[in-house]
Amino acid sequence: MSDTIITNILVCGIGGQGVMTAAEILAQTAIAKGFDVKKSEVAGMAQRGGVVTSHVRFGKKVWSPVITPGTADILVGFEVAEGSRWTDMLRPGGVAMVNTIRLTPPVVSVGLFKYPDDPVAQMRAAGVTVYDFDGGAIARALGDLRLVNTIMLGAIADYLPFPADDLEEQIVGRFRVRKPAMVEVNQKAFSLGRAAARASQQALAANG
Amino acid sequence: MSAAVQAKAASRLLLSGNEAIARGVWEAGCKVAAAYPGTPSTEILENIAQYPDLYAEWSVNEKVSMEVAIGASMSGARSFCAMKHVGMNVASDAFMTLTLAGVVGGMVVAVADDVGLSSSQNEQDSRFWGRFAHVPILEPADSQEAYEMVKIAFDLSEEFNTPVILRLTTRICHVKAMVTVGERDDRAITGFKLDAKRWVLTPANAKVALPKQIAREDALRAQAEKSPLNLIDPGSDRRIGFVTSGPAFMHVRDSFPDAPVLKLGFTYPLPVEAIKAFRAQVDVLVVVEETEPLIENELKAAGLYDIHGKDTLPRLGELTPNVLLPAIAKLLGQEPPPPSAYAKIEPFPRPPTMCPACPHMGVYYTLSRLRKRVQISGDIGCYTLGAGHPWNALDTTISMGASMGIALGMDKARGEETKDKAVVSVIGDSTFLHMGMQGLLDIVYNRGNVTTLLLDNRSTGMTGGQNHAGTGKDLHGEDAPRVDFAKLCEALGVKPERIKKVDPYKLPVLFKAIKDEIEVKEPSVIITDRPCVLSEFYDGFKPYAVIDDDCNGCSNCLNVGCPAITVSRTGVRQRPNMPDVELKFTTIDTAMCTGCHMCVDSCGPKAIVPLHSLKEAAQ
Repeated sequence: MSDTIITNILVCGIGGQGVMTAAEILAQTAIAKGFDVKKSEVAGMAQRGGVVTSHVRFGKKVWSPVITPGTADILVGFEVAEGSRWTDMLRPGGVAMVNTIRLTPPVVSVGLFKYPDDPVAQMRAAGVTVYDFDGGAIARALGDLRLVNTIMLGAIADYLPFPADDLEEQIVGRFRVRKPAMVEVNQKAFSLGRAAARASQQALAANG
Repeated sequence: MSAAVQAKAASRLLLSGNEAIARGVWEAGCKVAAAYPGTPSTEILENIAQYPDLYAEWSVNEKVSMEVAIGASMSGARSFCAMKHVGMNVASDAFMTLTLAGVVGGMVVAVADDVGLSSSQNEQDSRFWGRFAHVPILEPADSQEAYEMVKIAFDLSEEFNTPVILRLTTRICHVKAMVTVGERDDRAITGFKLDAKRWVLTPANAKVALPKQIAREDALRAQAEKSPLNLIDPGSDRRIGFVTSGPAFMHVRDSFPDAPVLKLGFTYPLPVEAIKAFRAQVDVLVVVEETEPLIENELKAAGLYDIHGKDTLPRLGELTPNVLLPAIAKLLGQEPPPPSAYAKIEPFPRPPTMCPACPHMGVYYTLSRLRKRVQISGDIGCYTLGAGHPWNALDTTISMGASMGIALGMDKARGEETKDKAVVSVIGDSTFLHMGMQGLLDIVYNRGNVTTLLLDNRSTGMTGGQNHAGTGKDLHGEDAPRVDFAKLCEALGVKPERIKKVDPYKLPVLFKAIKDEIEVKEPSVIITDRPCVLSEFYDGFKPYAVIDDDCNGCSNCLNVGCPAITVSRTGVRQRPNMPDVELKFTTIDTAMCTGCHMCVDSCGPKAIVPLHSLKEAAQ
């Protein structure tokens, strides 16, 4: 591993969606792989439905806990407009992995602001490589909306500097200890997330 | 439970600064720790509470937490208190005299600055307290250092007979990084020993202590000059060098990997000689400090003029790489770093909202109905959100507990346009007990005409639902005496008939109570008594739904401000010879709704009904 290569992952969404947990699992996986890790979170009033981001940085030695705009390798958006909000954080060639669920805040619902028609299209128009899928639908089909967390981690698993199995083991290991009954459904969620990302990548490649 | 609590010595784990500090406090053999919650420092005490063999408490405010720590230190125990930056303003009265008396057991005060204002009413630099109180300041740059410096701070405190400030920022408290932990060094408490000349700070005794304080500062300065916490991190490119402290060091190291950096951990008294020596090693020297130019000004006062600081860098906010890189490039006459490859996309804002069924919504909905008749002095807590959409029913917020004093000032300084307006103050339970109740006493004592809305939700909500003297539980969740707010207000002199307890979910009752009390020309208090929906005291009810055919699009229910109510479709009603009325038909997210009933009372056509009745009708 090179001294200077740092992997930067920005996880974003809304308070209560599991952004912090996903970032924690990424950080713990990186630790298990022997990396130095820093994880920074901005969640001042997140509990009140506000914007949440977590910066995860790992490498041989990490100094600043903050990702500089234009240097994120992966942007994980738990909500589609929130994913678009952090577009400028990505480095050239970085990947945005976006759950297409649309969560409308009251200021939009009452008509003060407009929810963009297609945030993913906006991101692509900006030149970003976006892989998108309906994580909420997958979670609902599996019977538990909280699985979005595992689905999103599965989706980025093939874009990380360590094997997908290591990330999956980190997730599943937690459930094995606390809620063994949830192991199987999380394995399923993880692989469905992986497949959804792959399908989106292939669709994008096919469309040129 | 935090993994740090059970971690064996020498284990290495990912810890937030707050978790690391808690571990350090425990390992240092601290016996008494106290705090009042405040972002970003709250989790320090929550974590300390999980360790054995030390006493930990939520105090009613930061000053009391400081006093508890002082009493323990006088008694020979290592003691600790933690607070956010504005908490230190409250605690400073005790602190500024403690510094004369000194300590017996080591005493450390952790003060967390919210650089960048993620959740605060101002951005202030707590390093000033070191200069003001003549006490040492240690500034960690990450979790490992925070853990180590707490322990060093206790030793320093005892060696130099002084309290020590551990200055933190949000980027220490809320960043997780690797920490290797150690073992607890348990210490016996020696007990309080009578020494009136030392502990009774009369003018005569204080005069004797003053020269000692100055001598101590000189000794600390000599210590800072040789402290291993101030060290040069060498670099191969001497064209530019940096003096920095706290998390700014990490940003500097990240941005300029080849530059020599003098990293200061023991930042007050400032090791001026060490910095002068470092100055000679580099062509250009930049002081990188968050937020005020304290190091820079002190260096200039010491004759070191050829340095850069706030001429180059901003005086507010964090000095992250995206701030440092362009500023330093400009200073050196270099090309600025290229901007991000992708343009920024700025969708709608997503401000924090109140939770579905939050009892504060009923209060602000009601105040918004009375908007033209009241001016509203607010306070600090979740209910500060009442200033925002859709209520726009909070006119001032300054500091903890200020709502009532400010309301009294407004009452006593009425202008022509406001002479007939009622003055209302709005304050939460925890804030009322923190610094608020003296304001109410002042209103009574000085015969003010203010209606106080005391929103008792049995929680310190904004910081994450901590217990306080009004919840009936302590820091550990154990049963504790619970203050009776009505009796307390009565004891402060509010007439019993002017104290009303109201269920904020019953909008007509609440409306009548507020309307009645603002018409009475004497102090009155309305106490709302529904618990925070995130607290253990809250039991939800069954959800409601909108009968779509009955909804007339008036959008009254949206004015309650509940995030579970959204617009399903819009329309227009045309009126002869009058402007069109925009209609917003609504729906309730039944998964979010917990059946508080507030929107039901706001609905004219009675289109909001229990979800189960709607289902039964469909069958």
